[in-house]
Amino acid sequence: MTWSEMQPLLSQACWDTLYMVGWSTLIAVVGGLPLGVLLVLTDRGGLLQNVLANKVIGQIVNIARSMPFIILMVALMTFTRWITGTTIGREAAIVPLAIGAIPFFARLVETAVREVDGGLVEAVQSMGGNTWTVVRKVLVPEALPSLISSTTTTIVALIGYSAMAGTVGAGGLGDIAIRYGYQRFETELMWITVAILAVVISVIQFAGDYSARGLHRRGGHSGPAPRLRLLKAKEPAAADAGQAV
Amino acid sequence: MITTSGLTKVYRSRGREVTALDGVDLHVREGEVYGVIGQSGAGKSSLIRCVNLLERPTSGTVTVAGQDLTALAGRGPRAGKELRRARSRIGMVFQHFNLLSSRTVQENVELPLEILGTSGRERSRKALELLDLVGLGDKAKVYPAQLSGGQKQRVGIARALAGDPKVLLSDEATSALDPETTRSILQLLRDLNQQLGLTVLLITHEMDVVKSICDSAALMEQGRIVESGTVSELLATPGSELAAALFPVGGEASGADRTVLDVTFHGEAATQPVISQLSRTYNIDISILGAAIDTVGGLQVGRMRIELPGRYEDNVVPVGFLREQGLQIDVVGSEGQEPALVKEGAK
Repeated sequence: MTWSEMQPLLSQACWDTLYMVGWSTLIAVVGGLPLGVLLVLTDRGGLLQNVLANKVIGQIVNIARSMPFIILMVALMTFTRWITGTTIGREAAIVPLAIGAIPFFARLVETAVREVDGGLVEAVQSMGGNTWTVVRKVLVPEALPSLISSTTTTIVALIGYSAMAGTVGAGGLGDIAIRYGYQRFETELMWITVAILAVVISVIQFAGDYSARGLHRRGGHSGPAPRLRLLKAKEPAAADAGQAV
Repeated sequence: MITTSGLTKVYRSRGREVTALDGVDLHVREGEVYGVIGQSGAGKSSLIRCVNLLERPTSGTVTVAGQDLTALAGRGPRAGKELRRARSRIGMVFQHFNLLSSRTVQENVELPLEILGTSGRERSRKALELLDLVGLGDKAKVYPAQLSGGQKQRVGIARALAGDPKVLLSDEATSALDPETTRSILQLLRDLNQQLGLTVLLITHEMDVVKSICDSAALMEQGRIVESGTVSELLATPGSELAAALFPVGGEASGADRTVLDVTFHGEAATQPVISQLSRTYNIDISILGAAIDTVGGLQVGRMRIELPGRYEDNVVPVGFLREQGLQIDVVGSEGQEPALVKEGAK
């Protein structure tokens, strides 16, 4: 295979990957952020303490997280068809990608939000703020550096998941690597794909780290503060990230 | 201004019950600085958190500026609209400052105003004015992480004042600060109290805080208020633990058959040469073990520990003489142990 043959394949694949990952990240953030915040708020000692709701949400998240992506994709076929009208192609892949990433991101959000000092929540309450004010003015802005890191982790995980999207004809870099590199022994093409993936992931990771660090440096911490009951750390972010792909 | 009656708070966790507040009756008059002192675990934090209902009292009532907050609370765990409005009129300052690290100093001070729904222009005008008031006019655009502890607490105070409160609650506001900074923060609180007519309720475990700025004080032990009153009332109360701790004088008896007296002078009596009169009248030798003059709550107070020869029984007449002169006499050691707080202070 010559470069002129590979080039259109690769640029299409890059575009497909970015398209799928971009949309599913967006949906995962929009869906996972409130879910993660809710997991913290409804927990014992939280502002909206509701043990039953917390258990239910937690269970749903756990079940969704424990499902291998390829199975999730198949299991969601009916739902995907209902949403997009098809089970094949990029749009069809976005649905399971997003559904798979929402609980993943929600757990990361939960961990990030728990790290916010409970004293800040108390301060806003003492000013007459309600729960929504606490979420909007304290929990999300204060957790922002961690939330950005969580988003980075989610994007990287989604790039990994998207390699399997080829099975529903969605294309993308992973699909190229398998169909051409593995099945047709185009080793060269496979290595190029791998290199592109490595570069893309490095760039995303760098950009994420850079912006998170920038925010963190600006803010720093306002003093050694005791963690309130609301904020007992449950599981470290690292454990979540390790299970990513 | 602040009245609590029969305030009780019981924490239940895993079937165990812990009584943090056990029927606390507190009365803070308008425009005064009221200090609640006690060791950790005495229930001070629970008390101050019950005043703006960050903690729901198990029973009892809290009235702030004539408004019964406990009645506003409703039954659910969440604060209703009226309670939130009432809270916005009570400023609160925290031990660990609790500033948002994601916001600049000015934005931190604007936060309560955002919650009140003040317009943007008005918010920044007010915030800058308050920062000037606490002496941080030039730090408006800086992030809290770049400030020292004392500066952070000043921001915390400016923020607490943003809603034009009549009442300021201070939860160990100086406990995370060094002595020098503590003094300047206390001075600021005192100034604000006088300039703005602000009523301040503060809790602390440091006797110096009470000594330097409080008009009134209460001593808490095991969820109860064991002593309370204005500082001058306390000093005039014989055997008051709080008075002894506010104004300790040292000195041990030189022998077993001696009588040690703590003599407290305030007001008129301070000007009389009572000790030499005592010595001449009864022809006894008096040794002075320790003495100090200090300003407590804005009052000049003198305290002296003197030793008379002979046991207490032999000295009933001289002690009576001193009492007749209008002095307050506490016989040291006659009732056994020294007050706990004095020992605490000595450490």
